Amino acid sequence: MDVDPKSLTWAEKLAMMLENSQGQAKALGLALESAKRERTVLRLPWQETLVGNPATRVLHGGVITTLIDSACGYSLMSYFETLPDIATLDLRIDYLQPAEPDRDVFAGAEVYKVTSSIAFLRATAFQTEGDPIANAVATFMLGANAPKYNARQG
Amino acid sequence: MTTTIVDAVKAARESGDYQSVLDSIPYMKFLGLVVEPDTAGPICRMPGSDHIIGNPVLPAIHGGVVGALLESTAIMHIMWSHESLHVPKIINLTVEYLRSARVVDTYAQAIITKQGRRIANMRVEAWQADRAKPVAAAHAHFLLPRAED
Repeated sequence: MDVDPKSLTWAEKLAMMLENSQGQAKALGLALESAKRERTVLRLPWQETLVGNPATRVLHGGVITTLIDSACGYSLMSYFETLPDIATLDLRIDYLQPAEPDRDVFAGAEVYKVTSSIAFLRATAFQTEGDPIANAVATFMLGANAPKYNARQG
Repeated sequence: MTTTIVDAVKAARESGDYQSVLDSIPYMKFLGLVVEPDTAGPICRMPGSDHIIGNPVLPAIHGGVVGALLESTAIMHIMWSHESLHVPKIINLTVEYLRSARVVDTYAQAIITKQGRRIANMRVEAWQADRAKPVAAAHAHFLLPRAED
């Protein structure tokens, strides 16, 4: 790539980061749809291997969980414009309706409150905007690993 | 393969081996889950592997994948406990992340905390080397099919 990283916007950097990610995000083929301070949206392309019920071909709830958790992580990165040192404390999801087979799923997450050590987020997963398939709230700890690093330095 | 999930569950009730049920569920197979029989209900083991990593720096298993392991274990438990021949529908799930999950074997086992005619309330716990130090726990509600068969 002959792109000067300095010329990229933060959203473009996040998109590139997700594109080059390893692990579960890569296995699921997650892509950044949009990244704004107030809301970040990820896209999960349809894959037969992610089905949770072979009789109905509905996606496994755990895939939606992973998509929403990832959207929350990227939403925090969009919000802080940095790679925050975070850890998920809890994640609560209501599965409102099954995902339709053969269609991509999106998850949009927003940071609605930040304190010195905690971030509160809400997120929805949808296939058609405005018609959620899952609704979630999540709590993240900020500076999760910092004390360890400080202790090492000191 | 023309075996349906219902056939797989029926066969597992005869043999006591639920791995073929799990293997017929694509995402559980994709995660590499292995069923280890136990008198209190199936223990699901998720081997550590690159494709389940969420944070490559620590490294740690993706939080969503830990949630998926907990949910999958609850589903397997419901089918094992003869409550359903079908994959039960999840209504909601609350995951508490207790410790960073390292990329090693992770185990989970579920209990049914309250069983109604239509709804099962489940509690699931996941651990790694030491069962006394769970890495995550979850509460979940599942909708059971109206009637068996």
